[in-house]
Amino acid sequence: MAEKLGTRDVYGVELAKLGEINKDIVVLTGDLAGSTKVSKFGKTFPNRFFNLGVAEQDMMGMAAGLAAAGKIPFVSTFAVFASGRAWEQIRQSICLPKLNVKIVATHGGITVGPDGASHHSVEDIGLMRGLPNMIVIMPCDGHETSAAIKFAANHKGPIYIRLSREKFPVIFDENCPFELGKASVVRDGNDLTFVMCGIMVHIALDAAKILNEEGIKVRVINSSSIKPLDKNLILAAAEETGAIITGEEHSIINGLGSAVAELLSENCQVPLKRIGIEDCFGQTGDSRDLMEHYGLTPEALVKTAKNILKKKQNNPSEKLYSPSTDTVLEQV
Amino acid sequence: MTKDIKKLQSIATEVRVNILKMLAKAGSGHSGGSLSAVEILTALYFSKMRHDPKNPYWEDRDKFVLSKGHGAPVLYVVLGLSGYFSTDHFDTLRKLGSILKGHPNSTTTPGVEVCTGSLGQGLSQANGLAVAAKLDKRNTRVYVLLGDGEIQEGQVWEAAMTARHYKLSNVCAIIDHNGLQIDGPVVEIMNINPIKEKWEAFGWHTIEVDGHNFDEIFSALDEADGVSDKPTAIIARTVKGKGVSFMEGKVEYHGASPTPEELERALKELEAVMTN
Repeated sequence: MAEKLGTRDVYGVELAKLGEINKDIVVLTGDLAGSTKVSKFGKTFPNRFFNLGVAEQDMMGMAAGLAAAGKIPFVSTFAVFASGRAWEQIRQSICLPKLNVKIVATHGGITVGPDGASHHSVEDIGLMRGLPNMIVIMPCDGHETSAAIKFAANHKGPIYIRLSREKFPVIFDENCPFELGKASVVRDGNDLTFVMCGIMVHIALDAAKILNEEGIKVRVINSSSIKPLDKNLILAAAEETGAIITGEEHSIINGLGSAVAELLSENCQVPLKRIGIEDCFGQTGDSRDLMEHYGLTPEALVKTAKNILKKKQNNPSEKLYSPSTDTVLEQV
Repeated sequence: MTKDIKKLQSIATEVRVNILKMLAKAGSGHSGGSLSAVEILTALYFSKMRHDPKNPYWEDRDKFVLSKGHGAPVLYVVLGLSGYFSTDHFDTLRKLGSILKGHPNSTTTPGVEVCTGSLGQGLSQANGLAVAAKLDKRNTRVYVLLGDGEIQEGQVWEAAMTARHYKLSNVCAIIDHNGLQIDGPVVEIMNINPIKEKWEAFGWHTIEVDGHNFDEIFSALDEADGVSDKPTAIIARTVKGKGVSFMEGKVEYHGASPTPEELERALKELEAVMTN
């Protein structure tokens, strides 16, 4: 059984370590210290830990004030509340003045599970990506998370890091680096490319193994730096493999898929398919069942890959999908 | 720095003159809410606050947050007259490339601590500045000016809870209680009374003053210094458009700048005050 690490667990540990090294780091949460794992920092450095209770807008504003006075605030709550409830505070108080606030939001996507739609976030990457001066990162495993948190502590300016409720398989080395604006090829191939983030990197790797049995060699890219995107690596993949499928635990509107679509349409127009949540909310369910329901599975990716290969080989302008509100499974 | 009331009143008149000229040149901006806050900002910047215009990042400075960010003209004039930047910039308010933006921007204007303009966000930021001061063991204070329409924003009350919970005795909020907002009198649009009782209920020390009376303002600011375990809210009864007879108490001068003719009339009135 492959080793799995919870990205939020890793965050909690790394944050407490960083707190020891850098006394300017302060931590804020909105009554979610346990779930976001910032409680470890809170227990170790109680005078630098601020629970604002259920008041996310105030929390972001206070983080801005702390940053304006030279502190390095890490702010944690669920992705839906961080990006939604406090969006305007992030815009006006943090992004406009480019303050040094690190928003580490857990519970991104639909794997939040049973809590249901109100607590799932399928819009947060889009909301943060649209903000000038904001960096958007979604690490795909525990070790990359560690690296991203260290990066965040040293980088000057607003950052949004999206973590999950789920544990992810480990694919990177323990002391792997994180480089802003750099994606990584986690599997080589030249028939088509999966450009993925978060849990979808692992789904894509599973799909790639299945496709490999049929002689289809898929390149898998971990695009953890969503804004800024690694334009060179992705464009090279488009040119070399001729077809791109993106995947995210997020709406296909405004997220990683949209970012890649923007890049390709202006620079290298190859067949593209965005996999993700098709402009609908999440819902209550077990996270495994939800991934299946929304077509975020290796099997669904395999079908999509075969379809896009047809498109690549045939007339690229041939429409393979009719617009519909059905889920991906029903379309393929 | 002075505690000479006559001198401060004279500075206040000079501030008013510059606000009106600045706004008339810009052709847009907020007259009423800038004029109502003149004595408060004059008292803070020319007397009460420890700060150094030649050293805007002096680490032991008191800080001011204009949470009612549309009052930017009064802040800019006070900062300019204090020496944070040349008063030559006054003529450039709201023009492309000016350091004086439509609402306060900390990245472009020396002396501006945080970005404001979207109401309700300043007190949270002020709390952050205050917590940082306490962490650094600095005995500095954070003053924040809010509008009475502004306190309709829920975030203000989140921040009020926070300031009390974290015992931010170095926070002093001043409410520019001029009774008017954009669409009409505050009591008609969304009644926020009773103001004093609300702040008290949130655990703040509260003081009510005439917001145009320097003696009362200083008395309240000094009283706030002595409160050791909670923040202080000074509810300052003010007149929107104070100092210009045809603007006083008028809703329509919230977001309006004076026309050239209005400027001339206003300056005549203020000139008369100067020579008295």
